[in-house]
Amino acid sequence: MNEESLLALQDVSYSYDGENGSHVLVLKDVDLTIQKGSFVSVLGHNGSGKSTMAKLMNALLLPEGGRVLVAGMDTAKGEMVWEIRRHVGMVFQNPDNQIVGATVEDDVAFGLENMGVDPEQMRQRIDEALASVGMEAYLLAQPHRLSGGQKQRVAIAGIMAMRPSVIILDEATAMLDPQGRQEVLQLVKTLNRDEGITIINITHFPDEAIYSDRVVVMNAGEVLMEGTPEEVFNQVERLKKVGLDVPFAVRIRHVLASKGIDLPFVLHQEELVEHVCRLLLTR
Amino acid sequence: MLQNIAIGQYVPGHSFLHRADPRSKLLFIILFATLVFLANNALTYAVLIAFTLYAGLLSRLSLGYILKSLKPVWILIVFTIVLHIFMTKGGTVYFQWGWFTVEERGVQQAIFISFRLGLLVIISSLLTLTTSPIDLTEGLERLLGPFARIGVPVHDIALMMSIAIRFIPTLMEETDKIIKAQTARGANFTSGSLIKRAQNLIPIAIPLFVSAFRRAEDLALAMEARGYRGGVGRTRLHKLAFSWRDAGMAVAGVLLAITIGWWRA
Repeated sequence: MNEESLLALQDVSYSYDGENGSHVLVLKDVDLTIQKGSFVSVLGHNGSGKSTMAKLMNALLLPEGGRVLVAGMDTAKGEMVWEIRRHVGMVFQNPDNQIVGATVEDDVAFGLENMGVDPEQMRQRIDEALASVGMEAYLLAQPHRLSGGQKQRVAIAGIMAMRPSVIILDEATAMLDPQGRQEVLQLVKTLNRDEGITIINITHFPDEAIYSDRVVVMNAGEVLMEGTPEEVFNQVERLKKVGLDVPFAVRIRHVLASKGIDLPFVLHQEELVEHVCRLLLTR
Repeated sequence: MLQNIAIGQYVPGHSFLHRADPRSKLLFIILFATLVFLANNALTYAVLIAFTLYAGLLSRLSLGYILKSLKPVWILIVFTIVLHIFMTKGGTVYFQWGWFTVEERGVQQAIFISFRLGLLVIISSLLTLTTSPIDLTEGLERLLGPFARIGVPVHDIALMMSIAIRFIPTLMEETDKIIKAQTARGANFTSGSLIKRAQNLIPIAIPLFVSAFRRAEDLALAMEARGYRGGVGRTRLHKLAFSWRDAGMAVAGVLLAITIGWWRA
């Protein structure tokens, strides 16, 4: 195991009890290593096992086979579970269903209260955490008055206050409007760059993956592909075969290529626009 | 249509009553309620009324707003008055028409009991008007703290209350959405017989329950992910602290108790 790896899944398998007592295998011998400070996107369909994988990473679920290591701690060893959950924060899909406090400050305090942090120190950590997500003006606001994006930022602040090393977004943008999605993605990018927080973004929007360092594609409980966004999204046909889309720019380039127009590989829409314009000018 | 419902009645502010510790407010209300039941003559009632008015002033809320809290109970008060005037007998007969009489004790009891009800409602509204639900829960948790030793799950009860408070607006919004969705499907909630209308509530209640259970499950997971493990070893952001205000309330309570005890018939 690499020294810099923060999170490691080693031959992990997991199954749910299905109806009429059958076992449904959702993860099959998954091997995955997440480097410290990286920004990883996990793409996959519903039922590909990506959410189960997330829950295994902070001991909400324990593996049936293999091991999950968080900063060297085995999640199956019960005594480390609170330390593991402090290290690995999780933002869930529904913004309403993860806010516990009746005000923003109470919600950010929740994790700290669980950790038994001293009240004076708590106050300071809440202020810092809210500042890091740009929500300091909403200290006393009631959560139901906030927009979806703001609620998710509060949820992230609640995790930041616990000083985590990893934040896992489990489809955290799925229920947001485009603006809220941008807000949240922009925020985690900043946290990754400035605070060195490792980000794992579990999503089914391929366009969210283009900003990450690594992309992991899950299919039917297995890691199908792993690599940089360029490496993964260059294999359009292979992704299509498992029913996954590619980022907009990649898709357009692919369609153009099939019509005989060759453009260099790009991930971002702006770059594509530039290449298309250049092509039109030089023709 | 449901968005306008305020959670509780709390009106934010910085008055004496707002800043007093919720624990002392709760204890004071218990004392006050006892004294209201001990009062039995004009003098003691006058003292209690004067005191309640003073407490109202201390809250710096408008009198009209405080009196609005009587609205839900006014029928009960009127009913009590009528019942006492006609049914309680004794003393001078003021009015007679056949077997039907209005007598001195009846009128007196009508006045006393209606004031008793009114005072109880107003003083407890002063609590909910000046104390946020969170502070109230916290005050209750601390006051009930000693009972944890004999196995009462005080922390769990307080957490349940605060989560309930947190989810009231969320579920209100949800109800609103379900009503609209069912109306769009042709459900009719505004006409028909009472029984029919009650039946029509079923298509609102069932989806609401289903979603509430789903939310509860999600929330439990989110709480666990943030390291929740029950009340043991937990610290609190808000620390309740007694101040000179609470000492003042204690003195006022003692004086009030002595006065009522001295002057009651």
